[in-house]
Amino acid sequence: MSLLALQRDMRAWLTAQDAQAAGRIGRDARPGLLIYQNNYRAQLAACLEAIFDRTRAWMGREAFLAAASVHIERVPPSSWTLDAYGADFPQTLARLHPEDPEIAELAWIDLTLDQAFVTMDAEPLSPAALTGVDWDRAVLRLSPSLSLASQTTNAAAIWSALAARAPPPPVEAAAALGGLRVWRSRQGPRVRAIEADEARALERTRAGARFATICDDAVDRLGADEGVRRAGRWLESWLRDDLIVGVFPECSPCLAARCLDASQARTR
Amino acid sequence: MTAPFAGFGLGLRKPHYAAFLEGDVAVDFVEVISENFMVDGGRPREILRQVRARYPVALHGVSMSLGSADGLDERYLARLRDLIDEIDPLFVSDHLSWSRIEGFNAHDLLPLPYTLEALDIVCANIDRAQRALGRCLLVENPSSYIDVRPADMSEWQFLEAICSRTGCQLLLDLNNVFVSASNHGFDALTYLDALPLDRVRQIHLAGHSQGRAMLIDTHDQPVPDAVWRLYAHVAPRLGAVATMIERDDDIPPLAELLAELQTARAIAAQAIQVAA
Repeated sequence: MSLLALQRDMRAWLTAQDAQAAGRIGRDARPGLLIYQNNYRAQLAACLEAIFDRTRAWMGREAFLAAASVHIERVPPSSWTLDAYGADFPQTLARLHPEDPEIAELAWIDLTLDQAFVTMDAEPLSPAALTGVDWDRAVLRLSPSLSLASQTTNAAAIWSALAARAPPPPVEAAAALGGLRVWRSRQGPRVRAIEADEARALERTRAGARFATICDDAVDRLGADEGVRRAGRWLESWLRDDLIVGVFPECSPCLAARCLDASQARTR
Repeated sequence: MTAPFAGFGLGLRKPHYAAFLEGDVAVDFVEVISENFMVDGGRPREILRQVRARYPVALHGVSMSLGSADGLDERYLARLRDLIDEIDPLFVSDHLSWSRIEGFNAHDLLPLPYTLEALDIVCANIDRAQRALGRCLLVENPSSYIDVRPADMSEWQFLEAICSRTGCQLLLDLNNVFVSASNHGFDALTYLDALPLDRVRQIHLAGHSQGRAMLIDTHDQPVPDAVWRLYAHVAPRLGAVATMIERDDDIPPLAELLAELQTARAIAAQAIQVAA
């Protein structure tokens, strides 16, 4: 048997318990194959338990491990890093529990917080760094750790209670379709429920829209006074939360005074 | 030419991060699992930078998959090279095993048949890795639960052949020798006596558990007497090596691991007297 054929047989044994493949590996290999099979499944289940700690606490360990077992059958690992194995688990949970959407939403929070922990480093801007920015042209660069999702339940509140080892609130449908943002601040990974308008503004900013366009959009949707006020609040909160890591274009010194006036006028 | 590194170290594991960052732990080097730090950024990489400022660091991989019949993962090599360039490690090591084939990754150290075909493939993969990483690799002997047949040679002959053909060196895991010898019925001392010990640059000392049918390489126990005896047997014939306790599960307090390391130091010191 060639090495490639042996390795294909081992894959078939590990992923599908293929008895014929096991037989080709060796007549006396059965005890060892069972050890490798057990190691394979135990390691993947342990990986999912480590990443989806709050989801497991919400579901209960037995139900969680049953879902993990389905996932291990459905999605063989492909990345060089085991840390990537959880990427599709929220989808598996959504398929298994369509009547309990908070489960997949909790899993998304667990997953993105885990991913945010090791995303690329980017130094957040201080408020002082925005002095002199030309707000008509400015495009904010957001932290590479930022992830956004819509939410249909109070999953963020449930997650926060579980993280604090407090009794979680009962599941509720979100009052209005809102969003979740997960990112890494200087203090570590964070999650927050946000309004749909802020989620849209973050998505547009990440896609390269100027902040002036974000403001205009808010004014169109919310009216002049509320739109400007809301955009100002977003900017303040993004700065406070270490979400802004750059602003383009950089301010030209000769325009500094005019830009400062414009920024002050826009954020008043 | 600098002299080969000699010293005693521990695997850096999460429960002991603070001790290594805050105080002077009495080790000559630490070993980390490469993949845990082959990340884009964040706290793990920062911790490694800080530890590296205090100790020499050996990078020990578990996912290179030197035995893959379809070659190595170039993205993996690029990430490892990036880490090597930043950390300037003492050693870069991985296992004589395979874990990945055609896009599937088992995340386990799966056994190879010791055939001439497998030898060609492993040597080609080691050559590729050493070129991509700009480093001589240390290849670790595996523990295994299947003695894949047919084979053209023994494991020790296979290890000698890869050293000879690729210039790689060896990480000798004495617990793995003991586990495989027990599981497959060969003599551990025969294995050690036949190995090219002049190629050994690092020693792993670890523990195992008794499974239903075989010994399991769990790394969740203290180093057992049988493994200490193998160390005492081989130590007089080793050159300058980095010796460490490898503990991956049920991690005890640091003091317990340092006490085991002290045992290793005592055995090595006695070996020097014997050799003299």
